[in-house]
Amino acid sequence: MTTSPSSSTLVGIYRRMVLIKRNDERFLSTIKAGKIVAPYYSPRGQEAIPSAVSALLNTDDTICTIYRGIHDMLAKGVPSKLIWAEIAGKITGTSKGKGGPMHITHPASGCMVTTGIVGSSMPIANGLALASQIRGEKKVSVAYFGDAASNIGAFHESLNMAAVWKLPVLFVCQNNGYGEHTRYELTTPVPIAARGAAYGIPGIRVDGNDPVAIYAVAQTAIERARAGEGPTLIEATCFRFNGHVFGDADGYMQPGEKAAAMEKDPVPRFRTKLIADGTATEAELAALEAEVDQEIDDAVAFALDSASPGLEEMTRDVYAQELAA
Amino acid sequence: MNAPKTKNINTIQAINLALDDAMAADANVIVLGEDVADGQEGGIVGVTKGLSTKYGDSRVRSTPISEQAIIGAAIGASLMGMRPVAEIMLMNFTTVAMDMIVNHAAKLRFMSGGQTHVPIVIRTMTGAGFGTGGQHADYLEAWFAHTAGLKVVAPSTPADAYGLMLSAIADEDPVIFIENMPTYWNPGAPPERGVAIPIGKAKVLREGADVTVITYSRTVHDCAAVVEKLAAEGISCELIDLRTVAPLDEEAILTSVAKTRRAVIVHEAVKRHGVGAEVASRITEELFSQLKAPVQRVGARFSPVPFAKPLETAFVPQHAEIEAAIRKTLA
Repeated sequence: MTTSPSSSTLVGIYRRMVLIKRNDERFLSTIKAGKIVAPYYSPRGQEAIPSAVSALLNTDDTICTIYRGIHDMLAKGVPSKLIWAEIAGKITGTSKGKGGPMHITHPASGCMVTTGIVGSSMPIANGLALASQIRGEKKVSVAYFGDAASNIGAFHESLNMAAVWKLPVLFVCQNNGYGEHTRYELTTPVPIAARGAAYGIPGIRVDGNDPVAIYAVAQTAIERARAGEGPTLIEATCFRFNGHVFGDADGYMQPGEKAAAMEKDPVPRFRTKLIADGTATEAELAALEAEVDQEIDDAVAFALDSASPGLEEMTRDVYAQELAA
Repeated sequence: MNAPKTKNINTIQAINLALDDAMAADANVIVLGEDVADGQEGGIVGVTKGLSTKYGDSRVRSTPISEQAIIGAAIGASLMGMRPVAEIMLMNFTTVAMDMIVNHAAKLRFMSGGQTHVPIVIRTMTGAGFGTGGQHADYLEAWFAHTAGLKVVAPSTPADAYGLMLSAIADEDPVIFIENMPTYWNPGAPPERGVAIPIGKAKVLREGADVTVITYSRTVHDCAAVVEKLAAEGISCELIDLRTVAPLDEEAILTSVAKTRRAVIVHEAVKRHGVGAEVASRITEELFSQLKAPVQRVGARFSPVPFAKPLETAFVPQHAEIEAAIRKTLA
């Protein structure tokens, strides 16, 4: 049975969304200022999706995400300062600066893999779910991926295997309208959610700007997974506000397309709703936002003040046993 | 455990025994791959026969023909502390899963700064001789050995297969475990139950003074026959079975070649850009001034594995080629 999210849950979702949005704004300004040099794939516009899903996950539930995944990590609880330090390539980062923005990993928060390969979050998320299933645990895993990943073989192999084995996994497609520079309709003949039917699993399309709707869909999917009934494919529709990668000039978009999408910016929209329906007061949300800003200030300072990894790190973590220099 | 110690077994039985022992010892060991469960006859040659009956269909899973999904599932389960042994039926089929193997299994430890690791074994068989042509018989070990983060094991005998499999399963890093198909049924001395053979350690099969012959997997048997023949005319070869391609047992190689001052490397993989080139380089880097002759390499012809029997037979290293390479170092 699905239940409506409590007020505190809703505020928790909003906090995650603001954390993602404001982190993103600071990443962009910091990179623009030349203080950090890194490839950066902005998740702006996709905040609501992992924020709502993560409100239903326990810390020991796991996720696999992709290069555009900072929002998924923040929503799952990876500390801002560790993400910042990793993006800055510092020894204090999640991966000691050796993974970078596309490979942030934080098992303590359940963030098991971040991949830079389109589609590759899904086969591994199956394995996380397989371990849970074999051990008789109730843990679920979530594979986040984009619309373009639904056209790569790994998507189809993974949905098929998860369906036949009834793995406790959620396939959460964040359909932001574009794969790199190509509009998704040019590469994908059906709604992505429709592909669930090919594997005999639920395929549900939901407004990715509406955290309450996402919450409801994810709750059903998670309960189904925990009950041993197998996977669900969720397609959450949204829009990338900052293009494919930092520096994208949007030359492939239709005029006005992005502006229209940004009219539906999920973050201010949800804020307005929470205040309008009495879930939270303006003062409460302002206090929460100030807290988020402080967390980000601390994270930026932590990252910029940290040291780079030493060259000795190149022989470490290649294998369990350190390589000879 | 009841088999008399003196009774020979083949490599299929040896690996089955290793998997059985590992699964009995650790509930985290699981087996997945195409046809591996008993409902599907325990693998196409029966390596996993009996395991699903003994340990259940949850721990021994026949999979769809989906190599990416197989390796992905193994990787994910290993991240949660399991010890998956994934079978990719034939080595050529690893090509379908290269993203999972090379971009993920090999690199997650490093890219996570050591927070995660991928203790999986990828079992795969290969080898020319069964007329399977260009997509079922390649030795691709050099590709994997060239990837930081992977280990590559290639046993030549049933007992080595057993002991190395125990080590591979216990290893904290991903291991590519190469099984030679044509010699699967050849009997050999039984393994010592429960005794692991360390990864990265070569074995000197025969001591000699004149030339070191370095090889692994099926060509160990070819080299053994050739050096035996040469011994009759007084040529003393030291024969080294690498057993592990990556990491290479550099110490064993250099110690032997420092003594014999001549070296020949033999493998079934194509000679060009092969493991032999790496071994030869290491020898010349360390021992150039001591060598009495250029290091020789023998490997398969640089072509896809051909189908027609005379071509397939000629494709792999011939005894005459191995012999000629050894004689060349002595000329």
